[in-house]
Parts: sequence; structure tokens; C-alpha cells
Amino acid sequence: MHDETTTAPQARALRLGVAGPVGTGKSSVIATICRHLRDEFALGVITNDIYTDEDARFLKSEGVLPEERIRAVETGSCPHTAIRDDVTMNLMAVEDMERDFAPLDIVLVESGGDNLTATFSPALVDAQLFVLDVAGGGDVARKGGPGISGADLLVINKIDLGPYVDVDVEQMVTDAEKARDGGPVLALSRKHPDTVEKLCDWVREMHKTYAGGGHIPVDPGPMAPHHHAHDDGHTHSHE
Amino acid sequence: MERQAALLLLADGRLPAGGYAHSGGLEPAVTAGFVADMAGLEKFLIGRAETTGLIAAAFAATACARAAADDLSDLETLAVELDARTPSPELRKVSRDLGRQLRRAMSSIHPHPFFAALGTAPHQPIVMGVAAAVLGLGPRDAALAILHENNSGAAAAAAKLMRVDPFDVHAILARMTTRLDALAGRAAVAAEGAPADLPSPGAPLSDIAAEHHRRRDVRLFAS
Repeated sequence: MHDETTTAPQARALRLGVAGPVGTGKSSVIATICRHLRDEFALGVITNDIYTDEDARFLKSEGVLPEERIRAVETGSCPHTAIRDDVTMNLMAVEDMERDFAPLDIVLVESGGDNLTATFSPALVDAQLFVLDVAGGGDVARKGGPGISGADLLVINKIDLGPYVDVDVEQMVTDAEKARDGGPVLALSRKHPDTVEKLCDWVREMHKTYAGGGHIPVDPGPMAPHHHAHDDGHTHSHE
Repeated sequence: MERQAALLLLADGRLPAGGYAHSGGLEPAVTAGFVADMAGLEKFLIGRAETTGLIAAAFAATACARAAADDLSDLETLAVELDARTPSPELRKVSRDLGRQLRRAMSSIHPHPFFAALGTAPHQPIVMGVAAAVLGLGPRDAALAILHENNSGAAAAAAKLMRVDPFDVHAILARMTTRLDALAGRAAVAAEGAPADLPSPGAPLSDIAAEHHRRRDVRLFAS
């Protein structure tokens, strides 16, 4: 027998990556998706931890899915490599999960928390969320980077904390939309049910598009060239 | 003509087969206090190459020789013999995990029907041997590839685990090159015999440390 290596879209689950810096709430976003969509979709979760299996334990303890549908991949303190340069461990974890619980609709892959440049390879996931949070600073969205500018959805998490950390959430969303050339930005708080519903709707829509064959994975890729204007009106660009 | 470029491809640490998540037993050894400085690291790497390294090399060489002769009938026996030379259940699992990953990578990089014939969870040295054969390499190359991959992987982990100067670490690797060549030669000779007669030196402390490692809550490397 041979390991199944189905890579053809639609013949397998939608593979959805969740990336973003440490502590922005990636596990919480995944727990939220699982809790709200587990009755609509057959789900599986792969977590990547830097040096523990803390995230898998958290999700298991939250009881959002049966324990066997949450698996941890140890990345040898190279979380960036595991989703980008050498995805073999994660790819096999996803393929194993899809085979063991066939048919699955969606497999969520959580990146180990990394920096703003860490995005998933299109060889591993079909679509990806990038998660920031207001507590990390209102200016982070403006800084851009491949995850912020190129992910299929940018989530700005923990918006309920805005007033406590002096962050203007609306401004942060506006900055993010600008950095993404109008790409979708979702202001999220698990304490605001309407925002959770928007997140679920985005996942539903992505699954529908994927299952219908209409989704083409987009690689956020390297840092996009960008411009910024100085006060004197002079503009320069750098790549 | 010798297929040197194919050997470099196979032995390159950048081959996307997930090896970076493992320290080749260095983290367990550091945690246990067996390795504390550069002299200790050098002894560890030499000890590892001469024991489990030689075993892996001999099995890679044998698998390569068999695959190159289009004879996969011994592969199951080889797997059993390698299991018998790996007392730690944890290390048997690691070897099979790394083998699956290498097979997954190589069957996309250089497809060949032999990869499917390797079974559900083949050991890393056996996959390395078969991969070497399908790339047109010989038993000695297969042995050298696994010796180098395992040695450089453990050495690279030192930078994350110990207070080291990376130049000093690579100096150890440079001093070990002649040794690895000699071990690869011995492995290739052993590959001409029966699977049961392949070398079987042991490293019991590594086996014990590997079992403790699996039970630790916090670790940088999977093994």
C-alpha cells in the first residue's frame, strides 16, 4: 500500500491555513470555526507548534472536535519552514487526516506563530487566513507584508480590546484594507456574535467556491513592492 | 561516469523531507547531560556515526543494491532486521516517520514505482537506499547520503541547543568526512551479504534518552 497523494482540487477537502504572529488568536479562531461549523462540515485540524503540542492540547481541551481529529505536527522550532519551504510533514498530516476520516470537507492547518512574513505555500493549502490582533498595535496592519497584503482573508482579532490598548479599530481596518488593495478584512471578536457569523460566512463561501472548482489558490508570496509618500509630496517606491 | 550531482541532491539538508524537525538524538543527549560542550558534541557525533550511523548506512546500501538489481523481495526482511537493531520503540517510529516523509518527497520529486512498493511506513535508510538506486546511484552513495544527512542534521541542531560557534560545529563535520567515507565503504561491503549479517552496533544511552524525550512536555525537536 502507498500513501495517498491526492493533490487534485475538489477530490479532497478544502485545505485552509491560519497564519499570523504569536498570540494573535489563531487557535481561538480555529476553535471558533470548529464550534460553529462542525454540524455543517466534516472538519479536521492540524496544529503546528514551535516546541510543544500546546495548541493541539488547547483545542482538545476546548472540546471543539473529537480529539482524534486534532493532530499536532512538531516543527523543530522552524514553524516558517514547515508551512513554506518544506511542507512535507504538514502535507502528510493533512493527507493522513483526509484518508483516516474520509470524506472531510475542510482541514484547517494552524501555523506555529511566526512573524509577518510567514505565509503558507500553495502546495500545502488552498486558501489562508492571516490573523492580527488589536493588542499587537494599531500600526501593524499598515506595515503590510505578504500575509497582511496577500492572504485570502485578513482577520483583525480581539477588537473588543481596542479601547483598553488605545487602538482605533476602524482606523486599523482602513489601514489594512489599503494595504490589501481592498481585499477582505474582518474585524473579529468572539464576544461579538455578528463578527463570528461573518467569519463563518467567509468560510462557507470559500468552501462553496472551492467545491465548485472556482477557487484558484493564490500565493501571498514575497513582500509586494509598495509606495509611500513623504510630507513634502515626494514619492518613492522600493522593491 | 559517477552520478555526483544526484548524490548531492539526495544528501542535501534542503531536500524537502522534514528532517529539520529532528536533532538526531542531540537534544535528548544534551537534556540528559551527556553532551555539554564542543568536545562532547564531537564525541557524540562520532559515536553516533559509528553505531546507529553505520547501521543506517548498511541498510541504505543494501536496499540500494537490491533495488538497483530490480529485486525488492528482501525489503520486508530488511525492515524486520532494522527493527531488531533499534531497541527504542520511539526511534523505530522516528525512523519510519522520516522514511514516510522521504518517500513522500521523493515520489513527487522523482516518481518511480518502487516507492509505492515500500509499504505503509518504510524506514528512512531503506527509502534512502531505494531513492539512491532510482537516481542511478550505487550502494556506497546511498550509505554516504544517509550518513551525511543524519550527521549534518544532528550537528545543525547544536546551534539551537547549545552555546556554540557554528564554525566550530562545521569544523567537526570537516574532521569527520574521512570517517564517513570509510563507514560508507564498510556499509557497501556489508551490503553484499545477507540482511541478517548486517552490522549491529548499539547505542543504549541514545535509546534510553530517546524514550525520555518523547515524554517531555517541552522540547525543540521531535527527536
